[in-house]
Amino acid sequence: MSVVQQLKAKDFKSDQEVRWCPGCGDYSILSGVQKTMADMGIPRENYVVVSGIGCSSRFPYYMETYGMHGIHGRANAIATGVKVANPDLSVWVITGDGDGLSIGGNHMIHSLRRNVDMKIILFNNEIYGLTKGQYSPTTPEGTKTKTSPYGSLDHPFNPIQLALGAGATFVARTMDVNPKHMKQVLQAAAEHKGAAFVEVWQNCVIFNDGAYKSWTEKAVRDEKTINLVPGEKMIFGKDRDKGLSTDGCRITVCSAEEASVWDPTVDSAGPAFMMTQLDNEPDMPRPMGVLRSVDRPTLDQQVWDQVGAVTGKKGEGTLKDLIYTPDCWVVE
Amino acid sequence: MSSEELITQDDVTIRFAGDSGDGMQLTGTQFTATTAKVGNDLATFPDFPAEIRAPAGTRAGVSGFQIHFSSHDIYTPGDDPNVLVAMNPAALITNYKDLRPGGIILVNTGAFTEADLKKAELDSNPLTDGTLSGFRVVEEDINQRTMEALADTELSKKDKLRCKNFYTLGMIYWLYSRPLEPTLEWLQEKFKNKPELAEANAKVLKAGYNHGELLRLFQGHYEVPKVHDAPAGTYRNIMGNQGLAIGLVAGARLAGLKPFLGSYPITPATDILQHMSLLKNYDVITCQMEDEIAGICTAIGASFAGRLGMTTTSGPGLALKTEAAGLAVITELPLVIVDVQRGGPSTGLPTKVEQSDLLQAMFGRNGDAAVPIVACASPSDAFDCAVEACRIATQYMTPVILLSDNYIANGAEPWKLPDMDALKPFPVEFVTDPEGFTPYRRDEKLARNWAKPGTPGLEHRIGGLEKDAVTGNVSYDPENHQKMTEIRRAKVLGVRESIPTPEVHGAESGDLLVVAWGSTMGATRAAVERLQKDGVAAGHLHLRHIWPLPKGLPEIFARFKKIVVPEMNTGQLALLLQSEYPEFRFLKFDKVMGKPFRARELKAHFEEILEEKS
Ligand SMILES: Cc1ncc(C[n+]2csc(CCOP(=O)(O)OP(=O)(O)O)c2C)c(N)n1
Ligand code: SF4
Ligand SMILES: [Mg+2]
Repeated sequence: MSVVQQLKAKDFKSDQEVRWCPGCGDYSILSGVQKTMADMGIPRENYVVVSGIGCSSRFPYYMETYGMHGIHGRANAIATGVKVANPDLSVWVITGDGDGLSIGGNHMIHSLRRNVDMKIILFNNEIYGLTKGQYSPTTPEGTKTKTSPYGSLDHPFNPIQLALGAGATFVARTMDVNPKHMKQVLQAAAEHKGAAFVEVWQNCVIFNDGAYKSWTEKAVRDEKTINLVPGEKMIFGKDRDKGLSTDGCRITVCSAEEASVWDPTVDSAGPAFMMTQLDNEPDMPRPMGVLRSVDRPTLDQQVWDQVGAVTGKKGEGTLKDLIYTPDCWVVE
Repeated sequence: MSSEELITQDDVTIRFAGDSGDGMQLTGTQFTATTAKVGNDLATFPDFPAEIRAPAGTRAGVSGFQIHFSSHDIYTPGDDPNVLVAMNPAALITNYKDLRPGGIILVNTGAFTEADLKKAELDSNPLTDGTLSGFRVVEEDINQRTMEALADTELSKKDKLRCKNFYTLGMIYWLYSRPLEPTLEWLQEKFKNKPELAEANAKVLKAGYNHGELLRLFQGHYEVPKVHDAPAGTYRNIMGNQGLAIGLVAGARLAGLKPFLGSYPITPATDILQHMSLLKNYDVITCQMEDEIAGICTAIGASFAGRLGMTTTSGPGLALKTEAAGLAVITELPLVIVDVQRGGPSTGLPTKVEQSDLLQAMFGRNGDAAVPIVACASPSDAFDCAVEACRIATQYMTPVILLSDNYIANGAEPWKLPDMDALKPFPVEFVTDPEGFTPYRRDEKLARNWAKPGTPGLEHRIGGLEKDAVTGNVSYDPENHQKMTEIRRAKVLGVRESIPTPEVHGAESGDLLVVAWGSTMGATRAAVERLQKDGVAAGHLHLRHIWPLPKGLPEIFARFKKIVVPEMNTGQLALLLQSEYPEFRFLKFDKVMGKPFRARELKAHFEEILEEKS
């Protein structure tokens, strides 16, 4: 048996110069993923990183792993093929809010419902970065962008809600400016067996700077977000003195002592869905961390199990069996 | 003439026609299976209604199945039937004109009430108003006879009536002296768990057969002796889509790979996905994806991971796969894209045949993105072409488009099975040695080397952006793009070195060369043979490889005075040939009626061409 070497984040850096804008949130996600991969005990050659098109999707070129920079919106589908073809691989999808929710929205929901064992990292900067600043399916209503000079009229998706609705077995959220939190979330995603959907709030300094400022800046972060930790009380605030409690229908702010315990492993996606409602309430903290984590058989595993079962029953087919079936006849 | 009289014929065409609910496809396939076993050569042409649930009894709901069988080699499902079976007025009125003069029409009078005539939009009854003069009409209340045969059976009236196609089949078996055993055995197997249905259908089948004899309806019956000079070997009755399915699996095996099919259902390609889904014990993985784009993208992902990716579709689906096909071109991954063509544009004629995707296959991608194209000619050719597509894809690291069509997909014919020794492997070798590895290192055929994930030390990135010819890194360098474009083109053209020059069938030189591709092969060959019998120096050149075109074509073209290209499109191959070989003149002959060419119409057209002063 080969001993897996302890890898370091730098082992996952390719020799290519990283070309995002200085200050872009993508840098910290790159380093978060590299650190997480190094800690997983998986040999480097077993990682495959697949992306679509966008600033974020340049990601695979910066990773010293197997990788494919695909076409716009199709990363989930390409990655599904990789994973089903070889379930031994650790497959990661890198996508953007446009790539994964607009042009690739269909593949996104279907890969989640199928529970293909892959890690899907959605860089949500609420803008089309690569094409230089058009509104995306997550851009808030009223936002002025190059294609919405008078304010966007489209009602946005909430990516967490979309993933939950699609039947995702793991759903989480983190932010570019909190590397520690990001590492925890990415690690939890990496350890999940099944499709793991991680929304990362990512700042685009050029076309949508400060989109998450009112939640992520150090000064307000503790008040305006809450980190949901499985099995722990829902506590937030600078002094960690506030909590959230729920009666199953409503979420209210309470004292830290009265806070309810967060459990993302319950059968129903209802509680997680309820948490996402906080995104719409200006006075409430927005949920971060692991919103959902449940077990369901993965497509890739089931595909191989079925091949095994049918082969067990019918026997391994030879080339000759394939062609010379019992209904053939001989002409002398 | 006594009813016992047995007349020998050597070439017969029968068309079964009825309402979609009358089971004519099943009747036709049973007759086909039995006829194959008898040892006749045969070709079939099922003609489905476009609507799945057209109102019963209407013209739109008519479903047909034609079989041509013979004591000699045949190439087509026949021009004009000798026998028409019409299960209702709509089937009769939409089909009788195709019958040859004096042909037999077996009519189910049980479905000729006023209401039935009305549903078929008939003001008078064609059985009595003289419409059918010149034909031998045999009237039989098949509904009634079926009910009588099942009088002492427990089944509901509805279930009993459902057996009526087996009565019809029995009568035609008698008329053409076919054995009942193959169908009886099939019924046993099919209704293993419903023995009462097996028994009822068997009873009705025998009743039809016996009544054919007893009731003396037909004035004698016929035999069509088996083909005497059929090449020795093992045969199997094969449909086009089935041939493709097993050919794709075989092709992957010969490459030493496991196949992965990512697909999305679409008529008339769906059967390939269905058939391959059954073959799980041959290391086959199939994924029915959310759309055609996901179908091809999973296949690309699977190829990247070291399987042989495949995707199957029809014209509208090929259009959706366009962008991803380009990704496979630039990443230089092996991939087989099957397009079972149907009438277009858009949804067009989904259940009818056309060859109008050729230029889509050829040019339907952004950028300079040539791919090899292989086209199959018949159900029995499908297997070989699928293997060939797998060979080119893996040997040249390229997507390959494999064209079939609706006529091949659903047609059936006896297939002489290949000798196992004749199936030559073309094993893929993955790179494993990190020494000097770069993703775009090439062999003498210009195929890049293939390293699969999981191999230590060969971590690399590929993708849609242009890559440096040497390092494999993203490159926007103008010279490099010129170079990579030329390499991709040269690689595809280089496939030519591995394909033989096709042989001319018929005259080696002379007055007329007919160049055909795909399913027009059969009718073309038949027409050219008839011309030759008339003393014309005519040849038939069939092209299996559409791109690159094989070597040696100009030498062949130069030997003929005129060249004509019959196609079920408005001249797509002709356009391609004209641009590749401007020194010759390629006459077009097109038919886009959703129906295959008939040998007779081709011959007539060729004769016209021959008469024209050039
Ligand atoms: C088929 C296709 N349509 C459009 C584009 C242009 N395009 C490239 S990236 C992109 C949007 C990217 O936005 P997002 O996914 O949010 O990524 P970001 O750049 O913000 O990281 C668009 C519209 C394309 N490359 N391909
Ligand atoms: S445009 Fe925005 S998202 Fe793209 S690299 Fe620059 S900062 Fe990052
Ligand atoms: Mg974006």
